[in-house]
Amino acid sequence: MTERTLAVDYLARVEGEGALRVRIHDRKVEEVELKIFEPPRFFEAFLRGRSYLEAPDITARICGICPVAYQMSACHAMESALGLQVPSAVRALRRLLYCGEWIESHALHVYLLHAPDFLGYPDALAMAKDHPAVVQQGLALKKVGNALMTMLGGREIHPVNVRVGGFYRCPSREETDALIPSVETALGLAEATARFVAGFSFPKADEAYEFVSLRHPDEYPMNEGEIVSNRGLRIPAARYEDEFEEIQVPHSNALQSVRKGTGGSYLVGPLARYALNRDRLRPRADKIAREVGLEPVVTNPFRSIIVRAVELVHACEESLAILKAYRPPERPFVESSGPFDGLRCAAATEAPRGLLYHRYKLKGAGLIDEAKIVAPTSQNQKRIEDDLRGLVGRCLDLDDAHLTTECEHAIRNHDPCISCATHFLALDIQRS
Amino acid sequence: MPPARRPKVGVFKFASCDGCQLTLLDCEDELLPIADKIEIADFREASSAYTDGPFDLALVEGSVTTPHDADRIKTIRAQSKVLVTIGACATSGGIQALRNFADIAEYRRIVYARPEYLQTLATSTPIQDHVRVDFELRGCPISKAQLVEVLSAFLGGRAPNVPTESVCTECKRRGNVCVLVAHGTPCLGPVTQAGCGAICPSFDRGCYGCFGPQDVPNLPSLTGKLIQLGMEKPAVHRFLRSFNGNAPAFKTAADQVAATASGGKA
Repeated sequence: MTERTLAVDYLARVEGEGALRVRIHDRKVEEVELKIFEPPRFFEAFLRGRSYLEAPDITARICGICPVAYQMSACHAMESALGLQVPSAVRALRRLLYCGEWIESHALHVYLLHAPDFLGYPDALAMAKDHPAVVQQGLALKKVGNALMTMLGGREIHPVNVRVGGFYRCPSREETDALIPSVETALGLAEATARFVAGFSFPKADEAYEFVSLRHPDEYPMNEGEIVSNRGLRIPAARYEDEFEEIQVPHSNALQSVRKGTGGSYLVGPLARYALNRDRLRPRADKIAREVGLEPVVTNPFRSIIVRAVELVHACEESLAILKAYRPPERPFVESSGPFDGLRCAAATEAPRGLLYHRYKLKGAGLIDEAKIVAPTSQNQKRIEDDLRGLVGRCLDLDDAHLTTECEHAIRNHDPCISCATHFLALDIQRS
Repeated sequence: MPPARRPKVGVFKFASCDGCQLTLLDCEDELLPIADKIEIADFREASSAYTDGPFDLALVEGSVTTPHDADRIKTIRAQSKVLVTIGACATSGGIQALRNFADIAEYRRIVYARPEYLQTLATSTPIQDHVRVDFELRGCPISKAQLVEVLSAFLGGRAPNVPTESVCTECKRRGNVCVLVAHGTPCLGPVTQAGCGAICPSFDRGCYGCFGPQDVPNLPSLTGKLIQLGMEKPAVHRFLRSFNGNAPAFKTAADQVAATASGGKA
């Protein structure tokens, strides 16, 4: 028997609907397809004709897990076109809101979606029966991320307070001060998380990634910076489409991004951000990374869970610094009266899962004439297939059930958000 | 009478952003106690273990947008004693229902170079257009408190206590100054169902209708007021045609605004 097919029809513990199909012939991996059957929702189409002011609220609905990322990329794009400069306190509050989303999203992935793979459970609820304190720690951390988003945005999913030019209303010192004690507690929990996950046993892997992320002169990247890679790329966001393109493959409702010219895959997300910005971590995040023995560039994707934990520490530290320094701005937002007709703009920010690119063209009195959105998971889709090809090649002696489990674990290493990528996934492994 | 065994609950996703099922995982304080009282039999976003139906309760997120999903919801209904839809997509078709007012072939071409690879319907429709729904939970996203109330009511064998009044009542209880009357800020609060806690007015902006039309909305009165405030008709049309734009009351009102707009609709 030389033909083997492995199939997962509905990937679990990822956001959205996807599947995997692997075909093996004569102990050679012939085909790896990450299939995304999440139905398309056509955001780029129905954004046409909407006001530029609606872009943050509408694009937020692409993803319930990282709505702030969409709001931020949309705002930065519009503001670059309109020449709007937000007050420094508003800039700080945006980072605080983004920190809230990173904390919520990373805690969700580390504890509820990824840790069960390492500890051998189908889900966090089953894990909670044997490890109640662990799951409670994860939920407590997640809750602080959500509290930051609720304070600043009114609610954690699809916050209502973000607008082009700033916020509808900036919080008072009383509102921000009230969160300081819980964020201090969260910082300790995040450090405990790093120590806990660093103790897991990790499958061996060493991938040759092209890492792509933002890089900012002074800060670990979130809202601003140039797009850089470990292979010498350094461009402003406006030149993104010169270097990257989206291609459509028959097996997926999600477009796949590749490097223009070579057609090669690349990786965005925590592994890329950390590899390219290790020197920008805040002191306690830097210290915990050293303490748990995290290498400066992580090429084993199974160890991404430690990188997420280090980013959790960073995001808590960053939040505390912002909360402690906060003074409400005189005005919560800045505005533009145009002209809008013919303006073109683009921006990229760092969603929890990686680089999120938006481009718009405006017309008339500020209506969207064209929109293009490239989500982190579209960009990672091809790279995840490359990871799987390597993994299956190394693990051919495993039986189908175990190999399939390993493949699912490998997919979750990159925390794919399929809802985002569809514009965007089911596992099907064939062996021959 | 509480059931002798733990009821089997399934959480199912259709076209959506995953935000409403995430709301269940966002109940950080209630999640573990709830999980003790029910058997989560199928919840793919949270677990790789699942068992087949029948289900005592199905929570359904998302709208129907593909031929496959139109069949799948019928199977889920047939296997479920109680079916509750969660969120604007499942109850009105969601933001993706904007396709219902456009040319879907054009949409496919805008987003995808090879539209023939896609299987999609021309419309995004709520679950109730396809199967009988026992209870609809509104919101984009749903409210945590209302989700916990629906689960508690289900476990207690009683009807959920979810008000169908307007956002205005919540706004007044919160002690907000009316943004519409006092500031002239366009607000859908008077015609929108309560449930969010009137968060938009609390942040100095007008409600944008996440929870869909309230029980008895007076839309002509509100659209007249918005136009009187100086809002252009295409902008009023867009205001109604968003996350619940396919809900009948909002849809009709938007059509009426478009019909009287001299420059046509937005």
